[in-house]
Amino acid sequence: MADTLKFDLVSPERRLASGEATMVVAPGVEGDFGAMPGHSPFFATLRPGVVTAQMAGKEEKFVVFGGFAEIGPDRCSILVEDAVPAADAASAGIAERIVEAEKALAEADNDNTARRAQYLSDLRALQLVTA
Amino acid sequence: MPSLKDLKNRISSVKSTRKITSAMKMVAAAKLRRAQNAAEAARPYAEGMEKVLGNIARAAKDSPSAPKLLAGTGKDAVHLLIVATAERGLCGGFNSSIVKLAREQARALQAAGKTVKILTIGRKGREQLLRDYRENMVGHVDLSDARTIGYGNALSAAQDVLARFDAGEFDVATIFYNRFQSVISQIPTATRLIPAEVPAEDDAASDGSVYEYEPDEEEILTELLPRSVATQVFRALLENAASEQGARMAAMDNATRNAGEMIKKLTLEYNRTRQAAITKELIEIISGAEAL
Repeated sequence: MADTLKFDLVSPERRLASGEATMVVAPGVEGDFGAMPGHSPFFATLRPGVVTAQMAGKEEKFVVFGGFAEIGPDRCSILVEDAVPAADAASAGIAERIVEAEKALAEADNDNTARRAQYLSDLRALQLVTA
Repeated sequence: MPSLKDLKNRISSVKSTRKITSAMKMVAAAKLRRAQNAAEAARPYAEGMEKVLGNIARAAKDSPSAPKLLAGTGKDAVHLLIVATAERGLCGGFNSSIVKLAREQARALQAAGKTVKILTIGRKGREQLLRDYRENMVGHVDLSDARTIGYGNALSAAQDVLARFDAGEFDVATIFYNRFQSVISQIPTATRLIPAEVPAEDDAASDGSVYEYEPDEEEILTELLPRSVATQVFRALLENAASEQGARMAAMDNATRNAGEMIKKLTLEYNRTRQAAITKELIEIISGAEAL
C-alpha cells in the first residue's frame, strides 16, 4: 500500500492545494479527524477550522469555513467554498464573519438556532486559534 | 453616382469600423482565454460535488424523508425558467439562441397548462423576453458590475432561487445557458436545477466502496443540495461567459472580413470614378484642341 494519499483542496473557483500527503487533519462537524493512507471510505461535513496536511515533511495549514471532505484509501478531497493559507488568516475576514453570524443568530428561528449558534462558536474558536 | 469625395469618406469610415471590430475580436480572444481558464479551474470542485452528491443522492432518493430539493415537491405545476444571457450585445446569435430555446420551452409548458415564471440573469435576455413574457418575469439578477464571474455572483443568484423555492413559488427550476463547445459553436442548453438531477451510476468511476457518513446522510444532503445548486449556476455562468466571448470573437471576425470586402469594393468604385473623371477631362481638352 502506498504510504501517501492524494490530497486536494478545491474551491468553486480554483484548486487551492494538491499533492501527496502522509496525513490530513480536518475539522469535521462532529470533531476533528485525521485521514491517513488506507482510511476506509468516509464522508463528512466540515465546520470552520483549520485543515492540516503533512506534505513532503512540511505542514500545510489552511483556514476553511465549512465544506465537505471525501476520503478514500488513496485520496482525500476537501471541497470548500472559501479557504486561505493559515499564514494569511488575517485576510480571511474572520471578524466580519463573526459579526454576520451574530446577526444571523439573532434572526434565527427555532429550527436553525442550534446550528447557527454552533457555527458562531466554531468561528470564535477559529479566531482564537489563528490569532 | 456618388462623388469622389463621398466615396473617400465612406472608405475611411468603413476602415475605422474595421479597426474597431478587429480590436474587439482581439479583446474577445483574450477574454475567452481567461474565461476558459476560469471554467477549467472550476472543474475539480464541480466534479467532486457531482460525485459526492451522486453517491448520497442515489441512496437517499427513495426514502420518504428525502429533502424537497432532491425529491421535488411532488407536483410540477409551476416552472421557473432561469435564463442566463450576456450583459452586452455584439456577439452574434449568442443571446438570441438562449432566448429562443427558453421561449420554446415556455410555450411548450404553457401549452401543457403549466405556470411559467422567468428569472433572468444578464440584461440582454431580459430585454428580449420582456416583450412576450412581461407578466411572467419574477426577478432579475444584474451582473453588469461583475467584470469577471465569481462564485459570489452565482451564490447570490442561487440563494435567490432557493429562497423562492422555500417559499413555494415554484416546483421545478431549469437553467438556460450556452454550453461552450468551440469558438464557432456554442450549444444552447437547458439543465434542470431543482429537483436535483442525479447523475446515473457510472460503474467505471465508482469503486463500489460504501461510504461512512458523518453526520448522517440526511444532514449532509441538506447542506450539500443548496451548494450543489450554486455550483451548477456557477458552472452555467462560466460556460456562458466563455461562450459569449467565443461568439463575440466569431462575430467580430466576420465583421472584420466583411468590412475588408466592402473596402475593396468601394476602392474599386473610387478608382473607376476617378478614371472616368480623368478620361472626361482629357476628352474635353482634346475636343477643345480639335475645334481650333
